[in-house]
Amino acid sequence: MTAILEMRGVSKSFAGVQALRDVNFTVEAGQIHALVGENGAGKSTLMKVLSGVYAHGDYEGSIIFDGEERRFRDVNDSEALGIIIIHQELALIPLMSIAENIFLSHPPSRLGVIDRDTVYRRTQELLAQVGLTEMPDTLVTDLGVGKQQLVEIAKALSKRVRLLILDEPTASLNENDSAALLDRLLAFRAQGIASILISHKLSEVARVADRITVLRDGRTVDSIDCRAEPVEEDRVIRSMVNRDLAHRFPQRTASIGAPVFAVQDWTVHHPLHRDRRVIKGVDFEVRRGEVVGIAGLMGAGRTEFAMSLFGRAWGERISGRVWLDGREVNLTSVAAAIDAGLAYVTEDRKELGLILDADVRKNITLASLSRVARQGRIDDMAELRVASEYRNRMRIRCSDVYQETGQLSGGNQQKVVLSKWLMTDPKVLILDEPTRGIDVGAKYEIYCIINELAEAGKGVVMISSEMPELLGVCDRICVMNDGALVGEFGAAEATQEGIMRAIMRNKEMHKKVLQGDLRP
Amino acid sequence: MTDKTVALPGHAGFIKNNLRNYGMLLSLFAIMLFFQVMTDGTLLQPLNLTNLVLQNSYIVIMALGMLLIIVTGHIDLSVGSVAGFVGAVAAVLMVRYHVAYPLAFIACLLVGALIGAAQGYWVAYFKIPSFIVTLAGMLVFKGLALAILAGQSVGPFPPTFQKLSSGFIPELFPGAGTLYPTSLLIGAVLAVALVYTSAKSRARQASHGIEVEPFGFFVAKSAVLFAVIVFFAGLIASHRGLPNVLVIMTALIALYGFVTTRTVIGRHIYAIGGNARAASLSGIKTERLTFLTFVNMGVLAALAGLVFAARLNTATPKAGAGFELDVIAACFIGGASAYGGVGKVGGAVIGAMIMGVMNNGMSILGIGIDYQQVIKGLVLLGAVCLDVYNQRR
Repeated sequence: MTAILEMRGVSKSFAGVQALRDVNFTVEAGQIHALVGENGAGKSTLMKVLSGVYAHGDYEGSIIFDGEERRFRDVNDSEALGIIIIHQELALIPLMSIAENIFLSHPPSRLGVIDRDTVYRRTQELLAQVGLTEMPDTLVTDLGVGKQQLVEIAKALSKRVRLLILDEPTASLNENDSAALLDRLLAFRAQGIASILISHKLSEVARVADRITVLRDGRTVDSIDCRAEPVEEDRVIRSMVNRDLAHRFPQRTASIGAPVFAVQDWTVHHPLHRDRRVIKGVDFEVRRGEVVGIAGLMGAGRTEFAMSLFGRAWGERISGRVWLDGREVNLTSVAAAIDAGLAYVTEDRKELGLILDADVRKNITLASLSRVARQGRIDDMAELRVASEYRNRMRIRCSDVYQETGQLSGGNQQKVVLSKWLMTDPKVLILDEPTRGIDVGAKYEIYCIINELAEAGKGVVMISSEMPELLGVCDRICVMNDGALVGEFGAAEATQEGIMRAIMRNKEMHKKVLQGDLRP
Repeated sequence: MTDKTVALPGHAGFIKNNLRNYGMLLSLFAIMLFFQVMTDGTLLQPLNLTNLVLQNSYIVIMALGMLLIIVTGHIDLSVGSVAGFVGAVAAVLMVRYHVAYPLAFIACLLVGALIGAAQGYWVAYFKIPSFIVTLAGMLVFKGLALAILAGQSVGPFPPTFQKLSSGFIPELFPGAGTLYPTSLLIGAVLAVALVYTSAKSRARQASHGIEVEPFGFFVAKSAVLFAVIVFFAGLIASHRGLPNVLVIMTALIALYGFVTTRTVIGRHIYAIGGNARAASLSGIKTERLTFLTFVNMGVLAALAGLVFAARLNTATPKAGAGFELDVIAACFIGGASAYGGVGKVGGAVIGAMIMGVMNNGMSILGIGIDYQQVIKGLVLLGAVCLDVYNQRR
């Protein structure tokens, strides 16, 4: 077979963080090539390089497509050659019909007037190709997620497609829809269309892929020819997670006390789809001085779990019991949660954590202004003193506490968010991806702060998609998948393989048991 | 990674960094100077200055409430209609039903609060865009004003009520000829108090090791501040003294200035506009506060409506038409951001004054109402463009 795509020596870095290092990646004509790896391994970045989201010159290395070197300036250039990417978040307009969506950017027209008959006829043909029987004028919003995914593929087929890239296409599909989608891929292969399939689900990868490439820390670490040898799940998992852990985490001797935070049978429904259970009866406990990690893949429900606990800031029809410091509490608002001694450091610091226009001082005191105010009047000198204390203690690098927070680096912004929550004097802190997008040095400092908090007798919950940091920092690691806790490991017995296996195994098993729940 | 530093060394740097803070004020002075010259000194004649204050008082009062609304990231298009409607209610109560002035006054403010609550409820709790809710309110209250006045003008008001707008503070030391010494004295006391508090706050900041403005700059600034206040107090005092409404206005400006910069509630309002989701995850009751800013706006619109009715000495169905545009323009000229989170009380007041001086000056120059609007529109666009440009730099 001949290669339709060859990516040679591709490297890409963001502000000092190396996302891809010298990646070589080849797709043969009419091949289904699966790309697997942990969150942040570089899969999406590699696909963005390929599809021209990062223009030629923004990365090193070369892309050879159809035997010629290509220098894409943007997505239109790659689409013109038939490289079509379908993102995890669908790019359909819900209140338009299937036909309008498929022919959104290039409708068949005469003199600028859309030729509706042609649109209708061609849409019918395309829908038949992807196995949909809906009428072309059905609104996209009336379709389930699985069918929307197939509409996206039909949209791709409307443009002359040579290489189809699917980013986690089955993440939100139930088993029947997933199977239907994978069958389409096999049918396209028969027509000579090559596909790149990004997926966390090893069973489906093993079912359809001709070759599996494993990315880890921005490098290609393994490539398995599925036609030549049987796919060993363990080998794939080991390749995904294996790396050296020494010296990246500060030491701490844990002194773990009584339970400080306990949750029983916590159940949460989706705010928009009120029948969909997102968190499914979770029991959870944190002790004084303990750092508990919650591992899981994106979309496992970890953030939803944390936010629903934090004064019901997310979700509907929430049930379950919560104890803080031995006392049962009913936290119905964020203010009540803060008063009770719970703090939640959000995953997305720019959107949910900070007021970027406001200065460092105002951000630090935002959640506990009453501590520096008398009868509603802010004592600006007391405020300044407190803010400066946190600045020194957390080593926030800024010109002074009057500097705009948006001007700081990611790591320093994260320290501002942490300061805000420490100032509320919490008993329990939930940290959601506290080191996302910050450099190695700042990460180390954040780990040190976590250790200090634990030593001060606080309970710390750390949600992270980076397994090494969970292993390096936590005393205990819970594994969440599909809104349920599916595994628990003590610090001594936890390994990345073990955690990954718990997630993967459970994914297969859960799908059969909870199929009804997964339907949107 | 290096952090950007904003401070430039030395006095030149300090002035450059603070130029933006004073830019609006300097523009106001430039505009006043321009019209003072063009009108051969008519602009700052005591009579005209007093008129200027009276003409613009209701815009300034509403701008204070509008600023808070805009800072939370909303807008209120209904304020003109609400002011007109409340003026009509006042006329019906006092002229038709002979309700006592203080009682009617309080009733009208309550009506304003209710209107604000009714609109704020949909905006805050039902998340209906404020643009739509208040556009509806604009139509509703314009119509209701017409309805309760039965399409006619109702007046005149009792003399005590007229004093709200056309009255002056009582003179304690009469017989000083054309000068009203009490007003001059109040102006001087105010000027001394302002200089004293800013000196005290500067000393306090310095004692905590905060970088303060250079001493020379501070002295110059204080001297200018003192001179300007005493100068205007002198002008006002040489006509009929301080108008009542100027006293109300000054008190409100001071109150809202304090609330926005020094209180927890003020800080929370800015936080909502800066990042509503982050604010709500920090325990701030964003919905309730948004609701309250609309209630506050309703009360201030009602007060403005009363002041306006008292000034005209009659309630007309057309009263208040188009006020909302001047009020919103004042906030944006004064540096408020249409995206929320940014804006100062002082800016909104200066913005209102810029609009007022331009209205007044152009009228004296005999420019028709047609081109006045064109010029005001261009000034609004220019001021906001300049602000956006400054922020990008």
